Order: sequence, then C-alpha cells, then structure tokens
Amino acid sequence: MPPIQDQEHRPLLLEGPSLGLRLAILAATALALMVADHRQQYLGVVRGWLSVAAYPVLWAVDAPSSAWRFASETLTTRGSLKEENTRLSAANRELRLRLLRLDALEQENRRLREARASSARVAERSLVAEILRVDLDPFRQRVLVDKGSRDGVFAGQAALDGNGVFGQVTRVGPVSAEIIVISDPDHAIPVQINRTGVRTIAVGQGQTGSLLLPYLPRNADVVEGDLVVSSGLGGVFPPGYPVARVSEVRQDPAEPLLAVSATPLAQLDRDPEVLLVWFDNRIVEPEDEPDTATTDGQHAGPGAAAPPGPAEVR
Amino acid sequence: MTRRRGRYWPSITALLLASLAATVVPLPDLLEPLRPNFVALTILWLCLLSVRSTGLLLAWTAGLAIDALHGMLLGQNALALVVIAYIALKMRLRIRAFPILHQSVVVFGLLAINEFILFWIDGIAGFPVTAWTRWLAVLTGALCWPLLTGLYSRLALRA
Repeated sequence: MPPIQDQEHRPLLLEGPSLGLRLAILAATALALMVADHRQQYLGVVRGWLSVAAYPVLWAVDAPSSAWRFASETLTTRGSLKEENTRLSAANRELRLRLLRLDALEQENRRLREARASSARVAERSLVAEILRVDLDPFRQRVLVDKGSRDGVFAGQAALDGNGVFGQVTRVGPVSAEIIVISDPDHAIPVQINRTGVRTIAVGQGQTGSLLLPYLPRNADVVEGDLVVSSGLGGVFPPGYPVARVSEVRQDPAEPLLAVSATPLAQLDRDPEVLLVWFDNRIVEPEDEPDTATTDGQHAGPGAAAPPGPAEVR
Repeated sequence: MTRRRGRYWPSITALLLASLAATVVPLPDLLEPLRPNFVALTILWLCLLSVRSTGLLLAWTAGLAIDALHGMLLGQNALALVVIAYIALKMRLRIRAFPILHQSVVVFGLLAINEFILFWIDGIAGFPVTAWTRWLAVLTGALCWPLLTGLYSRLALRA
C-alpha cells in the first residue's frame, strides 16, 4: 500500500482490520442475510422488528399528506357537507333496498349450500386499514397499511375495497403490513367469469389499470364487459367478490389461448384505505345430517343421478 | 480520536435518515422511475468527499435500512452499497482532484454497479424487474451529483 493512502486511511486502520477484509466480512454477512431471508421463516421476527424501526420514517413521510387530508376534512364548508349528506343518504336508501333482498338471498344461499355440504364463505369480520402514502418500489405494486399483527392481521389475508378485491397481505409487522396489489406482476388470483362460471386465473401486469386472463381456451365464452369475480379456490380470497371487468378479448389464430385483459374494479391507485377481511373457510356441516340425506335422496329419486352433495354427508 | 469523530455521528445519521425518507416520498407515477437512489448518493458523498472517512459499516447499515424500509430482500442493498463504498474509498484521493462533471461520470459508474448488483440479486431471488426504466435512476443520480455535493458542503459537514 502506498504511504499516502496509509495516511488517508489511518482512522480506519487504527481501529481494526484492513478495508479489503472489512469488505469481505460485510459482504459475506449480507449474503448470509439474503440466503436466510429468502428462506422466509428464519428471519420473520427480525423483519418484524425492522419494520417497527422503519415505521417512524414512513410515518413521517406520510404525515404531510395525512395532515392535508385531515385539514381538508376539518375545513369543509357547510354547503359541501350538506351536499355530501344528501348524496350519501340517497346511496344509503338504495343500498338498504338492495340489502332487504340480499338478506333473503343469503338465507336461501346458506340453505342451498348446507344441502350440498359445500362451504359458504362470506366475509365475517373486517377491519379498515389506512394506506400510507409512501412509494415502496416503482416496479412492484405493493402498499403499506397502518395495521399489523397487533390488530390480528395475518400473512395471506385478503384485502378489499368498496368496489372489489384489492390484494392480499404478504408481510406483517407488529404495527404495519405490506399488501401486494392484484395488479402486481407477481400476483395471480383465481377467478371466474360471473356470467358463465368459467374458472381461470387473473394475473397482474405491473400497471394498475389492467389484469391479464392468459389461460382461457379459444372456445371459452367470454365477451367484453363480463364481470370477473373471485372464485375462492386457493382459500385466500372469499368467493364471489368482484375483481375486474373484461375490457378486451383478442383472438390470435396462431395462439391456442385467448388474450383477455380486464380492468380491475378496485381503485388500486387511488384508495386511501382498504378493508382487511376475515372469513370463515370451514366447511359448513348441515345440522341434521341423517334427515337431510334421506329426504334429499328421496327427492332425487332412484333413477335420477344422485347429487354428489348428500352422498358425501356422513 | 474516537471522541472527535463522535461529534459527526448526529449529523451523519440525520443526513442518512433524510435521504432514506427521500426514497419513499410519494411521487407521480411518471416521475417514480426517475427518482435517484439518494442513500447511495449520500454514502458516496461521505466516502468520496467528506473529510472524515466513513467506514464500510455505515454503508452496510444504510443498505440494510433501505431493505427494511422498502421490504426488499434483507441484505440486498447492504451488499451493493458496501461494494460501491469500497470502490469509492479506494478511489477517494484521485476523485477529489477531479472537476465536478468528471466526478459525475465516476458516480454514474458507481451507481450503475450498485444497480447492477441489485438487478442481479433480484434475478437470482426469482423476481426480476427487467424494465429498462430501472436504469434511468442511475442517470438521474449522476445528474444530481453536482447539486447534492453543493448542498452537502453547504451543510458544513465538511468541517
């Protein structure tokens, strides 16, 4: 090492090993960390605590915009409040009317599902989580919310907004959680076309405005404007929640599959908050098994093909 | 000596926290890929131009902080920053004599190495981001260098 460099680095050299050795040690530590982290389970606790340590920074970055939100909420005029109130009560009336019908439908649905011994998975409990206005990664669609394992949030939990499915929780810290949005290129959600019941998978493309349904055969019955709902397969998302609307169906004669794109219904880039839901994914067992089984068997008649439901009831 | 160096830790910590925060401040979607890697720039400045030489451990810790903040693979940025900090410390004496634009070119190279290591690890870990826009941040980072050095030396950290 030339003497001039020695002078320059004296503070380092006096304290410990040479620069090259330090590099080797630190790089090896970083590599070990990455390997351990890639096999998720080893570093769960460390990650949790690091996310707590990072939270103040994120909170501070989010503070101006949440202060702005608070200010604009506090300083709205009486006129605009009244206007909003009228609009909301109109919406409320309409929703209550629809709810009247929904109650009856839900009862009926539950009875039918019980008869078939299939699972009736309806969101049971939900929690509103606020999205922090921070940019985590420009190339991945992840958001951070202000609820964590302290509030009972768990990895793999579904997140919805008022219009449809938003995403799922990937990582949980004590006070915050990371949600992967359905439009992230690493995300796929099992869906079905509401009109026809065709099941497929919707994958993200990295843009908030579009999802891809790449696994539909060319003879599948899909047209523009079809509603795409979650199918509930996989057990992460509750079934029957709206996901997207088909925006384009393209048939390429050279391709065996359709190129279908859809527009997500949830406001992926504009939501100030999301709903984290808990739903019951146990199989709902009929209460009086023998009775149901026999009566259903009689209904089906000896000649007809027996429905699979009652046959499975034990 | 350690006592005298100790005086600089609060300002260095503040500087790094500010640059960490600058990496998550929300930007419009179009500008987002252009955001320079402020933490890498700050580390490079500390390694190249500040009078007190700062060690690799600081670069490593800052890298880990980025990983924790952005929810990336733990150690990814730590490795990349340690490598460029090492190169910067090796080149320290030569670079300080360079004119500012010349320095920008060197910084461009170092940021490119940083980004390449991140890109490489992304690929190995199985979530590659192959969009060409990810390399734009390297360019904007190098363009920011003259402004940043001006700002940082005003902040009296050189004293």
